[in-house]
Amino acid sequence: MTAEQTHRYRSDASATSRRRFIFNSLGMTLSATAVALLSGRTELARGAGTHTAQSPAEDVQILNTALAAEREAVAAYQLGAESTLLTPPVLKVAIQFQGHHREHADALAATIAKLGGEVATPPASYAFPVETLHNQADVLNFAAGLERGAVSAYAGAIPLFANRDLSNAAASILADEAMHWAILRQALGLDPVPGAFFS
Amino acid sequence: MIRRRRPHLRWLPVLLCAGVASAAPAGDPIRGASIYQRCLACHALSYHRVGPKHCGLLGRRAGRAPGYEYSAAMRDAGFTWSQQTLDAFLAAPTQYLPGTSMGYAGVRDARDRRDLIAFIAGASRDTARCPPAQGSEAQ
Repeated sequence: MTAEQTHRYRSDASATSRRRFIFNSLGMTLSATAVALLSGRTELARGAGTHTAQSPAEDVQILNTALAAEREAVAAYQLGAESTLLTPPVLKVAIQFQGHHREHADALAATIAKLGGEVATPPASYAFPVETLHNQADVLNFAAGLERGAVSAYAGAIPLFANRDLSNAAASILADEAMHWAILRQALGLDPVPGAFFS
Repeated sequence: MIRRRRPHLRWLPVLLCAGVASAAPAGDPIRGASIYQRCLACHALSYHRVGPKHCGLLGRRAGRAPGYEYSAAMRDAGFTWSQQTLDAFLAAPTQYLPGTSMGYAGVRDARDRRDLIAFIAGASRDTARCPPAQGSEAQ
């Protein structure tokens, strides 16, 4: 390390210490809203006034919608797996992701039951754009679209739950589905993480 | 002295309203297509999924797309989807229509909503994405 680099490092370190001192001495903590404001994402900050569910029944309704989407994802991956369009390594990943969605669905159904809600009956069949799936890239694009949407769906559900434990669980699922999306994009030759913020 | 209105002018307000109703939303449909990716966990343009399809949404009575099972709240909503109602709903679905199955905090940014609505409106006029039977049945 050169003298100049050492100086810069010390300057950065002392600046960090100063910031830490200021925050510690003022007893400040940054809420998610403040972080959103600081990062220039004002639309996230405005979300601080979001209407939240008022009852377990409203939470159950949100959970049932999420359950329906997870069940559909399981069926979509099944369609992909049976399409014969996937190479063995991609098929293996698709089956793994399908298993995750199945676990999400099972957890959501169990939670709905635990809350005293009624678990919605799955539909007899699903509509998928089968006519547009001609090769592996088509299947991956289709799956990536579902995963991308799922990230937004959970991001949009998290602020609504009356029970914050459910928000925590939904965030955990969101993280998993964001990883699916990134890996599918990577497999498609796209930038796996095309931005810093998603809503 | 009472002047009679010229008969052809009687229709002017109707024509003006019709013009407003059919005018394309002012948003950017290309940017809206990107925002529409947020909807893809539950919605598609041309077929029902967890949520109802969006082809022909503007002008459709809420809760009335054939073949989709709506929440009681949406079924009984009693309004018609317009740029205004869709904008208000998208901003905060559960606040605008308590009891909706769309458990989603909303599209907070007004520009995002405008662009999203422009995309849905444009797609509904595109027969490749919204075949006529699907675009018109929603009326």
